[in-house]
Amino acid sequence: MKLLRNGFVTGPIIGALWLFILATTVSVVMSFATGNAYRPTLFFSLILGGALSMGAIMPLARAPIVGVVMAVGLAIIGLVGGQVGAPIVTNQGAGLQAVVNGLLGFIFGYSTAMIFAGIPRGSLTRHEMEEAWIRFLTGFGYIFFTAIVLIPFYVMVMTSLKSQSALLQNPLDFSIELDKGWALFRSYHELFRDFNFGTYMWTSFYVSVLTVIITLAFSIPGAYAVARLQFRGRAAFSRSILLIYMVPMIVLALPIYIAFSITGLRNTIIGIVLIYPVTTIPVALYMLQGYFRGLPAEVEEAGLMDGLNRLQVIWKITLPLALPALASVSLYVFMIAWNEFLLAFMLLDDPSIFTLTRGVAMLNSSEIPREHLMAGAVIATIPVMVLFLGLEKFMTKGLTAGSVKG
Amino acid sequence: MQTAHPPKGTGPLQKREARLAWSLLLPTITIVSLVVILPLLAIFWISFKPIGLADLRPVVPVVREDLRNAGDPDQAVRYRIQNRSQDEPILNVEFTDIVPDAATLGELPEQCELSASQLTCTIGTLEPGERLTLMIPVTLDGDADALEDALEDDTEPRATGDADNILTNTEFTLENFTRIFDADEFVTVMWATIFYTVFGTVGALVVGLFAALLLNKSFRGQGVLRGLYLFPYVAPIIAVAFTWVNLFDPFSGSINALLIQMGVTNETINFFGQRPLALIMVTVFEIWRYFPLSFLFILARMQSIDTDMYEAADMDGASPFQKFWYLSLPMLLGILSVLFLLRFIWTFNKFDDIFLLTGGNAGTRTLTVNVYEQAFAISNIGAGAAVAVVIFGCLLMFSFFFFRFISREEGL
Repeated sequence: MKLLRNGFVTGPIIGALWLFILATTVSVVMSFATGNAYRPTLFFSLILGGALSMGAIMPLARAPIVGVVMAVGLAIIGLVGGQVGAPIVTNQGAGLQAVVNGLLGFIFGYSTAMIFAGIPRGSLTRHEMEEAWIRFLTGFGYIFFTAIVLIPFYVMVMTSLKSQSALLQNPLDFSIELDKGWALFRSYHELFRDFNFGTYMWTSFYVSVLTVIITLAFSIPGAYAVARLQFRGRAAFSRSILLIYMVPMIVLALPIYIAFSITGLRNTIIGIVLIYPVTTIPVALYMLQGYFRGLPAEVEEAGLMDGLNRLQVIWKITLPLALPALASVSLYVFMIAWNEFLLAFMLLDDPSIFTLTRGVAMLNSSEIPREHLMAGAVIATIPVMVLFLGLEKFMTKGLTAGSVKG
Repeated sequence: MQTAHPPKGTGPLQKREARLAWSLLLPTITIVSLVVILPLLAIFWISFKPIGLADLRPVVPVVREDLRNAGDPDQAVRYRIQNRSQDEPILNVEFTDIVPDAATLGELPEQCELSASQLTCTIGTLEPGERLTLMIPVTLDGDADALEDALEDDTEPRATGDADNILTNTEFTLENFTRIFDADEFVTVMWATIFYTVFGTVGALVVGLFAALLLNKSFRGQGVLRGLYLFPYVAPIIAVAFTWVNLFDPFSGSINALLIQMGVTNETINFFGQRPLALIMVTVFEIWRYFPLSFLFILARMQSIDTDMYEAADMDGASPFQKFWYLSLPMLLGILSVLFLLRFIWTFNKFDDIFLLTGGNAGTRTLTVNVYEQAFAISNIGAGAAVAVVIFGCLLMFSFFFFRFISREEGL
């Protein structure tokens, strides 16, 4: 720890790690964007990054200036470095290597100047040392999280636009062949034409909407009773809701499968619409009762004094006040129903009544090309994403209120 | 002088309120007990039964009717009765059929009798797999084709019989439990479950804490990043699971191509197909998919922490790490422990993720996947139910801890 307090130790360590992280990031981005080979060099990056931060030169100048200086420096290194002597090496020619390294240099210079801003050379106080590390970790965190979230979704979309043979040839080449025009969306077109995806989407949609309606119809009165009314067994009831919430679906799915097989409800939409709300009622009840508790009881009491009965109070006072909560609960329930896979997979065999998730599962076979599967995944994802991004505020609220459930 | 006493016991108003409360709860209680409590009881029942997937088909006699040698003098109605079960006899088999008016039956077999236009035949016992054919001569009056249709299609013969139903009889066995506990794989299954649950939960919490620390300051684009970091959790499991399988595919997966290109490995890695890597990968997937959840909860808690405390700490010269360790972390301990317990239970319960990623192969079969595997892949419903009972037992244990902690944390 003592040693880290020295700017001539902390500086190079952070610099070395940071250059390597950035070199890796730029290489990955370039590889995914062009499909060509870009490779970060481990030792060269570490040594170069350490050396560049050695003198803790960063505080000497403003970030853009450091960025430009570094860009020029790394571009020259990239130009002459060949296959080992540059932070990023590529087989695409020295010129391109210089450009990529120059870009890396600019990012590195700029960000390193920010990391070391206000931090003196030589010995550091504990504050300054931790500050530098925190800035470094923050930068790393942003890159890390953005990468792990974006890469799978990027690959999902891009795979759906490529053909399987092209992907087998070069799994990294995600460049979009714009000259193909509408043919890019061939797999989507085929899904809707040959695989009934339009119907599946519609089925999923109305099943989800029905689930939301039924769930609300059951959970609003229940949640109100738990939140507002005094009765014996209230605590036990609200605990058992949570307990039921924790029973794994697969445990219930087995007897439900048996019961549905015997009663002939298997393979019917009615069966699905019967069973989905039951999985969501406990969640909705739990979320809503929390919200109802937060509403001022005085308003309702005023209503009672003015001669409304309880049901009228719920209808005329509580529900209008709880509209935002109802919106987030509805969205959350819709999302659960839309994303539901296990029950649809077990209970539906007839391709004409598949829900979307069941339809996508059907595409997972060796006879159907990968891009169809990915196109199906994109089709299933887009509606929830649109809903989510459009109503993010409600959604986040709904998630924090009730998503103890996974 | 009479003193005023506060009323004792429950007054009429309270009674009315309680009645209203129960009537509001009634629909929920009914439906939940129908679909949750009943199946749970059924699971216990089934777990003691020697029952396979095929036994779900009810054991009933099947009867078919057709007209033979139509138009010939020896034309006859043929009834074929069959017991399709291979191991259950059917007792007291009987079938009835309505004979159209234009058809006149000739000499009846001894088992059958005709009253008005209803034919009733009493067969008795049908052994497993036994089939029986009855020919009854018939004369037809009118258009032969139309009558043939009338005979064969218009009125279906109905057959009844009593068979021992494995689901409802009183035959019990412990074989299901001995089978799942004895199997060598039980140790593997438990190990996979524990590894997946513990590391998945802790990992998601730690990663979520890190993400929350990153976004716990206001800057431009904070909202966008927060929305972005929730993507893995919001997207349908089926989409992201297949994307991961695709991404890590040994032949056409981008990650393998990337790793080879960067010189990390020389040959492709089968991420989801070899031990113990597959188990690590499904755990990593679990962390990836559920860190947004802990992130969201922790961030919400962080933003509600009073800033005065940090200002005081600044005055006292606390360093950033000290502030995190001595101020933030104790404040977050409550939400972290609640999240840990909840996520622990939910990770333990997780089925879809592993099922879609590996199908439970390569040492990734957890208890929940084992339920499916036993019940549907091996077609042994009883064994599947036995695993489900084991899961339920673990769950009761967890929820005991959960309520002890959460009542302290959340005041529930």
